[in-house]
Amino acid sequence: MTASLSPGTEIYPGPVSARPRAVVPDGAIGPTPDVEIVDVTKRFGTVTAVDRMRLAIAHGEFYSLLGPSGCGKTTTLRMIAGFEQPTEGEIFLDGQPIAGVPPYQRNVNTVFQHYALFPHMDVAQNVGYGLRQRKIRGTEERRRVAEALELVRLGGYDKRRTWEMSGGQQQRVALARALVNRPTVLLLDEPLGALDMKLRKEMQLELKALQREVGITFVYVTHDQEEALTMSDVIVVMRDGLIQQMGGPTELYERPVNRFVADFIGTSNFIEATVVEPPDEGRHVAVRSARGLTLRGRVTDDEATVRVGDTVTVASRPERLEVVPADAAAPVGAGITQINGRVQQGTYLGDQTEYRVLTEEAGELIVRHQNAAGAGGAPGVGPGDPVIVRWQRDANLVLAG
Amino acid sequence: MATLSEAAPVRSGQPRRSFSSALLTGLLLLPASLWYLILLVVPLAIVLVMSFGRASRIGGYEPGFTLENYGQAFERSTPFITSLVLATSGTILCLLAALPLAYFIATRGGRRKSLLIVLLIVPFWTSFLIRTYAWLTLLGPDGLAGFIGDVVGDSGFRILGTPVAVLIGVVYGYLPLMVFPIYVTMERMDRTLIEASKDLGAGRWATFRQVTLPITLPGLITGSILVFIPLMGEYVIPAILGYGRVFLVGNQLVLQFLEARNWPEGAARAVVLILIMLISVVFYLWFASRGRRTREISVL
Repeated sequence: MTASLSPGTEIYPGPVSARPRAVVPDGAIGPTPDVEIVDVTKRFGTVTAVDRMRLAIAHGEFYSLLGPSGCGKTTTLRMIAGFEQPTEGEIFLDGQPIAGVPPYQRNVNTVFQHYALFPHMDVAQNVGYGLRQRKIRGTEERRRVAEALELVRLGGYDKRRTWEMSGGQQQRVALARALVNRPTVLLLDEPLGALDMKLRKEMQLELKALQREVGITFVYVTHDQEEALTMSDVIVVMRDGLIQQMGGPTELYERPVNRFVADFIGTSNFIEATVVEPPDEGRHVAVRSARGLTLRGRVTDDEATVRVGDTVTVASRPERLEVVPADAAAPVGAGITQINGRVQQGTYLGDQTEYRVLTEEAGELIVRHQNAAGAGGAPGVGPGDPVIVRWQRDANLVLAG
Repeated sequence: MATLSEAAPVRSGQPRRSFSSALLTGLLLLPASLWYLILLVVPLAIVLVMSFGRASRIGGYEPGFTLENYGQAFERSTPFITSLVLATSGTILCLLAALPLAYFIATRGGRRKSLLIVLLIVPFWTSFLIRTYAWLTLLGPDGLAGFIGDVVGDSGFRILGTPVAVLIGVVYGYLPLMVFPIYVTMERMDRTLIEASKDLGAGRWATFRQVTLPITLPGLITGSILVFIPLMGEYVIPAILGYGRVFLVGNQLVLQFLEARNWPEGAARAVVLILIMLISVVFYLWFASRGRRTREISVL
């Protein structure tokens, strides 16, 4: 899966003419995706929430729609659920177009942000609600409710009132209530938002494990990049209704295609520069910053055309940079950049120490030093000290966007 | 040690109440208590005592002890039954009219919600009597009755003076009392519950029946009681729109206290009326809360 920067750019493998693929599955492309969003636009008045979106969600995978508020992620989810209708375009569920099909006739279930448990029903009645709508009652209902509660580790909680339970337990009830219906796709709308940090971390791992166990496709909406990185097989980064990049956690972190993604996922140092040498076969280019620093790095977006004279951004991750005292003898090898600077601030974070270093050639750089046992921070480095910041060439990510 | 023993009562959920706070509570409750004592408890006691007395020759009240008045009240019980029928049917009609109205304002009102609520209140700025008299014209020979008469070709068609006219007046007059509590519960209801229900496979009607209705039940109960109780004592609307042909407990009480001046018999009827209301409300509350095991979301 590769990136798309502009609307309408191809993001799933296969020709653009593959549009009827959802209706007539094409063996060469593989099995029908669980959900296929084809050129979907959603407008609310003059605001475009989702802009010509194309996305194929493969079966059994954990997808995250990631982006800041207002990026269109929740709107996308609500269109799949059936609470909103696309202004343009078509959504296919299991290969069937679902325009005009009401939410209650779609084989899709949602875990809502604030759980939306029915206050007038106990846990078992809540979980069995979907079954009862499909005329599954009595012993069969009880059996499947018990099974679902067991799955979310709430066995024996049948008769509890939901409002007497903790946030984490309510969360599990909401999950069981959705999963008991065995939907094609489970939609989750920031379900961990209301939980405290520690519980959230636990639930993230649990959700991922649960998803593997039941094998149902999950589509998870979040604004928390860490959450998305922890759980997802595929992350779809969105901004202003457009997909910015799509890929696995490693790919997104190691090879962000534009400044927004590099900034939104993790922390990055950015240096504005101009291309001075065209890309070689490995798509490495040489660039020069306004302050005369020459860097080499790989263009992250395979589809971008980069010419000499183009303005690009070079991103680097703080943990890929190293800070050493200015007087320390540091060998300069091939492919190593090193520049002088002065420490502005050093923040001890426990497992690591974060330095803000002001440099002549690259402005302020953030450097993260992994703290080894016993020693806190890089030796001999404190605020006001002259230092050298150094990094390997492969830390340079050349963003064409 | 000191901090431990200080904290203990708080932890057990029994904060110590100082004398001054108890005094303050008492002072704050005093005006309301006096109000209820002088204007409710004392008059009720007087009515109760009077109901066992005798009417003097010139009317009014003469001390004594007899159950004759209650015997009279039960012997001529038709007005009670008429009142019960009117109150029950009026309450049901109000409920049927208020439910969709409240639902519409709460769910589809949007930005016009406040305007719609104000529109509902506006008629109340005019005197109740004037509004009821206005219905005389609306339902009269120059109004609806005349129109229907023309259509069906019956020049003698009348609405005024019939139970239908009384019911129309009753629903008109009492509807807001029903709409407001229902509207409040529907307004406060978490709208994502409806989405959750649809998401789980329930259609519109199934969602209304299984989610909206049970959750707004406290509002329905409150509204029904607010309409039912005053309806039991209603006599103005029947007197005007029913031409007095619909004879209710209220009419009978007025008759006995003000015209026949038989205070003890009137008092006995008043006591019976209060008992009927109490029993109905208790029964209704019991019936409505039967099988409900959830947190009470009371409106009152």
